Parts: sequence; structure tokens; C-alpha cells
Amino acid sequence: MIAHSVFFYIFSLIAIISAVMVTVSKNTVHSVFFLILDFISISCLFIMIGAEFLGMIMLIVYVGAVAVLFLFVVMMLNVAEQKGQWFSSRWDGGTHIPIGLLVSLIIFFELIIVIGGWKYKPDLLNSISVNISSDVTNTRSIGNVLYTDYILLFQISGMILLVAMIGAIVLTYRERAGVKRQSYVKQISRERDEGVDLVDVEKNKGVKIDA
Amino acid sequence: MLSIGLGHYLTLAAIIFTIGIVGIFLNRKNVIVILMSIELILLAVNINLVAFSIFINDLSGQIFTLFILTVAAAEAAIGLAIIVVYFRNSDTIRVEEIKNLKG
Repeated sequence: MIAHSVFFYIFSLIAIISAVMVTVSKNTVHSVFFLILDFISISCLFIMIGAEFLGMIMLIVYVGAVAVLFLFVVMMLNVAEQKGQWFSSRWDGGTHIPIGLLVSLIIFFELIIVIGGWKYKPDLLNSISVNISSDVTNTRSIGNVLYTDYILLFQISGMILLVAMIGAIVLTYRERAGVKRQSYVKQISRERDEGVDLVDVEKNKGVKIDA
Repeated sequence: MLSIGLGHYLTLAAIIFTIGIVGIFLNRKNVIVILMSIELILLAVNINLVAFSIFINDLSGQIFTLFILTVAAAEAAIGLAIIVVYFRNSDTIRVEEIKNLKG
């Protein structure tokens, strides 16, 4: 129990500090690294609390794919180094800082009030849809319902990923001039008539090509 | 204090959510950092869902987190593609320079 709370505080402290560093780092590459650290510590928390499958998926999807995608774009666009202060603004001289901080403080205190003052509805605990049983592993119990009860949502999320993939390709695709390409259709659909030309050659005259 | 309950996880999620919102509000330099702040906000939502799922012993919260992960990945891909296209057209992604819509 003691170890659980100690590790909770360690991981959540790392998560909070790295979340702050994501927003205040002047170098965008450092921001991406702190985002990775944040995701790693939160997935450690997930594994600790008993959602091992989600923790691992989080590592694979976020650290392995999304963060690397961010890093790739940051390096490709060559925008890593920020000139000047990260919060300074040329347009309003920095008045957005106190207002932004005030609004986000209000949001934070609203969230804290909600967290501090709620109770379970008495019949909530009777209306659980999928029970977590302790003798089946987390991955197995997710698999049991994901491919049966939630199969439609699963298929729809696959469609979302497909649409996102096609959208990303369509957005970034550009046709460049002066690139010579093979046209398979043209090659395959060549007929004998276009390829071969039979000419009756008259004696002592020769053939004129490309008349 | 020593026994970790649901409230601890909800507080952690609230803090990370607020940091994400601060990142969106205060950033004037880089659109990519705004996308990262959105990822932070989605992460906070995921923490809430998983914590509730564990503490009321209901698996459906974790299933929802799985779908949020999917949507977040798709959103990051599309957002970064838009940023790449914008950078190609106007050679900057500084937030204060992006004013084509006169907003």
C-alpha cells in the first residue's frame, strides 16, 4: 500500500512537471521529448492501477507512433528553435498572459470543486455493464467484449483511421512538374496496330519514317 | 493522504487538463505545441476514464479509452498534415503570423 502511494506520487509528479515543460519549452524538439516522458509516466500509472493493456497500448500508440510523428514533422519543417520569448506577442504586447492564466485558473478551480463535491448515484453500482473479474487478465477481458459487444464501434474506429490516413495522404500530396513516370495502363493497353506499321516499299525509293 | 483513491487520479487529471489549456491559451509561437497541448487534454480525459473504470469495477471505461486513443491518433495525423501543407504554402507556422482569416 505504501509502495503504491509512493509510486503514484513519483509518477504523477513526473507527469505534471513534464506536462509543464511541454508548454514552456522554447525548443519544440524538447517539447516532444517531454510529451513522450509524460505519456510514459501516465502509462506506468495505468499499469500500476490495473489497466495493463491500455498502458501498453498507450506506449505503443503514443510513444511509438504519435510522438515520433510529431518529432518527424518538427524536424522536417525546421522550426525547432524558437526565437525570442515563447510567450511574447508582437500584436498585443503580452496582455494575453494574465487573462489566459486567469481563465485557466478558473477552469482548474471549477474542476476541483466538481471533484471535491460529487457522490455516486446509489443505483450506479448496480448498473455496471461489464464487470472486471479478478481471475481473468485485463487483456483477455477487454478482448472478450471488444470483439463482441463493441464490434460496431471497433469497426467504426477502423474506418476513422482509414479516413485519417487517406486524408493525410491527400492533403500532403502534390504533383510535381517534370517528373517522368511509367504509365502502366498505357503500356498494357498497347495494341498491335499502334505498335507495328506495315508499309509496302516501292523499289528504289526507300521508306520515309514519321511522315 | 497515503492511500491512493479515485480523488487522487481525478486531481492529477484536472492538473494535466489545465496545463493543456494553459498551453493553448499562452502559446503564440508554434502550432505544433498547440497540437501537443490537445494531446495532453485527451490524456487527462483518458486518466479520468481509466480511474473511474477501475474504481467502480466496470470495464467499459477502458474500452472508451481505447476509442479515444484511436481518434487522438487520427486527429494528430490530420493536424500535422494540415500544418505541413500550411508551412509549404506560407513558409511559417508561427501562431501570430497565421492571420489569413483575419480573426
